[in-house]
Amino acid sequence: MGIVAAGVQFQSNWLEILSSPFMRTAFIAGVLVAVASGLIGYFVIVRGSMFASHALAHIGFPGATGAALVGSSVFTGLVVFTVVGGVVIGLLGKKASDREIATGTVLAWATALGVLFASLASGNTSTVTNILFGNLLAIPSQQLVVFAIFLVVLAIVLLVIFRPLLFTSIDPEVAEAKGVNVKGLGIAFMILLALVVSMAVTVVGVLLIFALLVTPAAAALRFTARPGWVIFWSSVIGVASVAVGLVIAAMINLPPSFFIVTTVFVVWLVAAGLRRERALVRPTGGHPQHGDPVHEH
Amino acid sequence: MLELDNVSAVRGATTIWSDGTFAVPSGSITGVIGPNGSGKTTLLLMILGLLRPGSGKITVFGQVPKRGNTRIGYVPQNYASIAGESIRARDLVLLGLTGATYGLRRTSREQHARVDQVLAEVGAGGFGDRRMSQLSGGQQQRVAIAQALVGNPRMLLLDEPLANLDVRNQQEIVDLLSRINTERGIDILLVVHDLNPLLSVLDGAIYLLDGHAHHDNVNEVVSEELLTHLYGTAIKVVRTPQGDLFTRSA
Repeated sequence: MGIVAAGVQFQSNWLEILSSPFMRTAFIAGVLVAVASGLIGYFVIVRGSMFASHALAHIGFPGATGAALVGSSVFTGLVVFTVVGGVVIGLLGKKASDREIATGTVLAWATALGVLFASLASGNTSTVTNILFGNLLAIPSQQLVVFAIFLVVLAIVLLVIFRPLLFTSIDPEVAEAKGVNVKGLGIAFMILLALVVSMAVTVVGVLLIFALLVTPAAAALRFTARPGWVIFWSSVIGVASVAVGLVIAAMINLPPSFFIVTTVFVVWLVAAGLRRERALVRPTGGHPQHGDPVHEH
Repeated sequence: MLELDNVSAVRGATTIWSDGTFAVPSGSITGVIGPNGSGKTTLLLMILGLLRPGSGKITVFGQVPKRGNTRIGYVPQNYASIAGESIRARDLVLLGLTGATYGLRRTSREQHARVDQVLAEVGAGGFGDRRMSQLSGGQQQRVAIAQALVGNPRMLLLDEPLANLDVRNQQEIVDLLSRINTERGIDILLVVHDLNPLLSVLDGAIYLLDGHAHHDNVNEVVSEELLTHLYGTAIKVVRTPQGDLFTRSA
């Protein structure tokens, strides 16, 4: 047996492992995070905030490693840094495209700062790996209450601001003319996004954040553009991926991040393929019109 | 009904135009023309209450403009280019009705019916369930107009609604606007950079020239002297059986 094989071992007692308390904690945490990601994922895509969400995770990195350095809670460090970062990005300006260079520059610096903190806190490599790539199995059970509170707050706020947020996301000029507070909603959205990013980092880490925050919603959007259904299906995809990831992790005793992200990735690929099939066989509704664009899918 | 009394348009420290004193009569279709950067969009923003005039007074239906005026429907430029893949045409129109409402409220059957009705009115009844990205430029423009109309405004403001459309689609949108103007009896104000497609339906024009804003009825606007001055290049007006046409003269 080589070194590689030594790391990968089928565990015949995987069912037993799955029913253990720490697996239950991991599953509940994963579900809470996947649902929160599903709730906000549609808005991330509609607003074009994909890069901002990625940046927020990186901005959270020095918060997490800094917290580890001073011996306080990694999650608290994440939340503080991402929320502050979110408010700043929200205040900065109108179009995401105008902010990419500034955001990217801050992202790089924040990551470097995170590495510095990590080096200063010597002998803590597993903490850093968990922050970068996530580890659902490392989430303490006390964390569940915090996650649940975040999810409830997120759900309530999103329900209240749902329509104006959608309006400003799709059509900021008209929304502003209609008297909607575009900037205020933008900042509120970034704060909510910061909370979800902090949660998602604990599951898939700073570097894999896209997989939970964006990809499930992108896959759901292949089938429906109705906001409520996109949110529902992206939550389902997220929860299913967490479940599959945990089962495989229990079977071969490896951290679940890879399997969670791979499941999301496969769902996204299948969704893309199916949508193309459907587009090919779908009868064109109504009469073909002059100037009709070719369907892209 | 739009009235300007000695209005100046100011962006930052720069005065874009001044001495705007005119009244646009009710029920008219009015073009807003002028070279690039002459302050056409700025005028729309002032009418919408998103920008205050530097001086003077604007009144829309007898009131000073303020944000959230339900009597104005607005169609901005470059509509629906951003999130086109993520939203259906009918949901976009619905936002014109419910988009400013906070709180969880079910969309009523009445509201859905109004969306259907206005989609049919603009000739978009057949593709309400499609995503914006699946529609042609002309179809997207119809949906945008439907969104602006769904709240039953008394005035429609459109910023470059004919840009990026081919000649046939330009004509269809102009015909649509003319029909809306007649059937609903509402004012239509649209920014355009070419008056030609509109000449058959236009009542008047606001033109922004040499840093001043003027309004005239259409007969006076279609003069070679004025148009030549306005566009900064020699313009010739040609009378055709279909109506007047102006071209760049050789």
